[in-house]
Amino acid sequence: MNTHPEREINIEVPVMVRLEGEGALSFQASNGKVEQLHLRIYEPPRLFEEFLVGRNYTDVPTITARICGICPIAYQMTSILALEKLFDVEPGPWVYDMRRLLYCGEWLQSHALHIHLLAAPDFLGFDNAIDMAEDHPETVTRGMRLQALGNEILRLLGGRSVHPIGLKVGGFHKAPSVDAAQSLLKKCEAALDDVRQLVAWCAQLNLPEDQQQFTSVAIHNENEYAIMPGRLRSDAGLNIGFNQYADNFAEEQVPHSTAFYSRLNGHSYFLGPLARVNLNFSQLPGSVKAWAEAQGLKFPSADMFHNVVARAIECHYALEESIRILKAYQLPESPFVEVVPKAGVGEFCTEAPRGMIYHRYQVDASGSIRAATIIPPTSQNQLRIEENLKSSVERFGLNHTDDELRLFCEKIIRNYDPCISCSVHFLKLDVDRC
Amino acid sequence: MKPRVAVHKFASCSGCQLAFINMGEDLITLTELVDIVHFPEAGPLGPEDAVDIAFIEGSVTTPEDVDRLKGIREHCGYLVTMGACATSGGIQALKNNADSDAWLKSVYAKPEYVESLSTSAAISRHVAVDFELWGCPVNVRQISWVVRQLLTGVEPVDANEKVCAECKRKNTVCVLVSKGEPCMGPVTRTGCGALCPSFGTACYACYGPAEGINTEALGQRFIGLGLQPAAIAQKFHMINNAADEFDSAGKSWAAKQEVSNEHSS
Ligand code: SF4
Repeated sequence: MNTHPEREINIEVPVMVRLEGEGALSFQASNGKVEQLHLRIYEPPRLFEEFLVGRNYTDVPTITARICGICPIAYQMTSILALEKLFDVEPGPWVYDMRRLLYCGEWLQSHALHIHLLAAPDFLGFDNAIDMAEDHPETVTRGMRLQALGNEILRLLGGRSVHPIGLKVGGFHKAPSVDAAQSLLKKCEAALDDVRQLVAWCAQLNLPEDQQQFTSVAIHNENEYAIMPGRLRSDAGLNIGFNQYADNFAEEQVPHSTAFYSRLNGHSYFLGPLARVNLNFSQLPGSVKAWAEAQGLKFPSADMFHNVVARAIECHYALEESIRILKAYQLPESPFVEVVPKAGVGEFCTEAPRGMIYHRYQVDASGSIRAATIIPPTSQNQLRIEENLKSSVERFGLNHTDDELRLFCEKIIRNYDPCISCSVHFLKLDVDRC
Repeated sequence: MKPRVAVHKFASCSGCQLAFINMGEDLITLTELVDIVHFPEAGPLGPEDAVDIAFIEGSVTTPEDVDRLKGIREHCGYLVTMGACATSGGIQALKNNADSDAWLKSVYAKPEYVESLSTSAAISRHVAVDFELWGCPVNVRQISWVVRQLLTGVEPVDANEKVCAECKRKNTVCVLVSKGEPCMGPVTRTGCGALCPSFGTACYACYGPAEGINTEALGQRFIGLGLQPAAIAQKFHMINNAADEFDSAGKSWAAKQEVSNEHSS
């Protein structure tokens, strides 16, 4: 097998497996130099921002959810919060807690799915989780149990786990019964052992080491481990309100992708579980921190493969947070507040499972949408992914077979849990509308 | 030999495939009954392998999609579309009635980098489909049911009654009658378990048109609730906007809005 580092290398993986949506790997090298190394995103655009124009604001959460079946809550919640911000709607603590609970459900199901079904086969040396299930049945079923529990949390308030129907601008259509909340609480408590084992299991995985230089960006909230409101922070000193997003972040189009590339003040940056844990680890509850530290884990970390460990820690956190909220559950007077639309612009960011997502809506006085911008985490991470690929491949060396190189690159890409379905649907702010 | 199954994706949100992944431990049972030879998100890759059943998520939006779809049809015995995208063109078919080139230009500074047809089409516009599963998304129950039917050699039968029938069975209070909510239940096929009404809110027709529906009468009812014709048009031009009945109902209500605008100006 040819491992000569100066050979012509031409690796094309038209459909990368174990990825949310369809992306391709394209890798060319010659004379010992990497010439091109891209995660190619070629899913056709579905032009969501255009569908929103002319729609009533009440349709927005329903439509934006359809951008991604794996993280519909991120889309629904961010659009709802952006519109409520514009309309000066304050739905109060019950709605706030229920939204957090719902978001925890989405983190849990999305992270558990990624760790067990998409990533674990890479680390244990299998083609896929179905093959892995024969040798590691307990690992695979644990993943499925946790993912199912996340889905169940989503169903309590959302009715179904994919494209939930329970949310609206102003709150929720219906409050779950105390009995339903209690029975979910019991299931969450029974799963604590599973998430702890998950963290311990991830900590002892034989992960490749991948020290990288990158800027972590995440929402920070003074009072809690941030999911929704807060300010955008980075470990390089960024500290801005959501309404300053457009002043600091910019998107550009590139030929090999139907997604855009984002830069923060001209540079790449990194979003997702590891960015959040890096910035906000100290705010995790004592039990979650202590368990992580007992496994020998330390944050902040510049080892990119700690992203999978951070995902496990967030599963632990999401479950503990769900338990806290469910324990205190009481029926509200009303599950929503009345909404009166207003003309203007509303923006918001939340932490989707894969990292920060930004929405901006321009609305007229009747509540009809005039313009929309949605910037999902995967397109914000794309530049970072490609930088990671280049520097890691250079360190790994071209003196490996094509197959080894391909697998190495695929692992790096999958570690970001990119969501291709998400990344191809957004609109540039400064479009030329003729 | 076990029956061979493939799961393909076209333009979509990947939400319908989750009906396989969300089966939980039943997915493992399923893999004991069938060979999943192609399902990229879960790992197996064999896009051209011959299979007994092909499930398709997503709509056709690029020239390559058309070629790929034809290949799938040639290599599969029984073809099932899953979800609104594959069955009716999905929400992205909203571009069919718009100037989608202008849209592309407004989204992409360099639209020449993006290859895309000007329409989003249901799978059945390009190849023969053996069975259609409606819904945005389809749920685990629907997928398990269709697989079970096919494994036992029974041709699945289309369930196309209205959401209203499901509400009656579940004893759900009618949101149209009791709250005056503009509910699409009377024209929408069931399959979701009448979820939205059970949460006290109006159905938005994510399961597509039921059989024998009267879109005109429902629209008139909405007028009685105070809706403008344009708002009624948008209710039809939603997730299943390109399904024939909804497409024409939406156009007819949009035309009524124009007439009323002319009268008032
Ligand atoms: S039908 Fe709905 S849930 Fe299914 S892929 Fe299309 S947008 Fe997603």
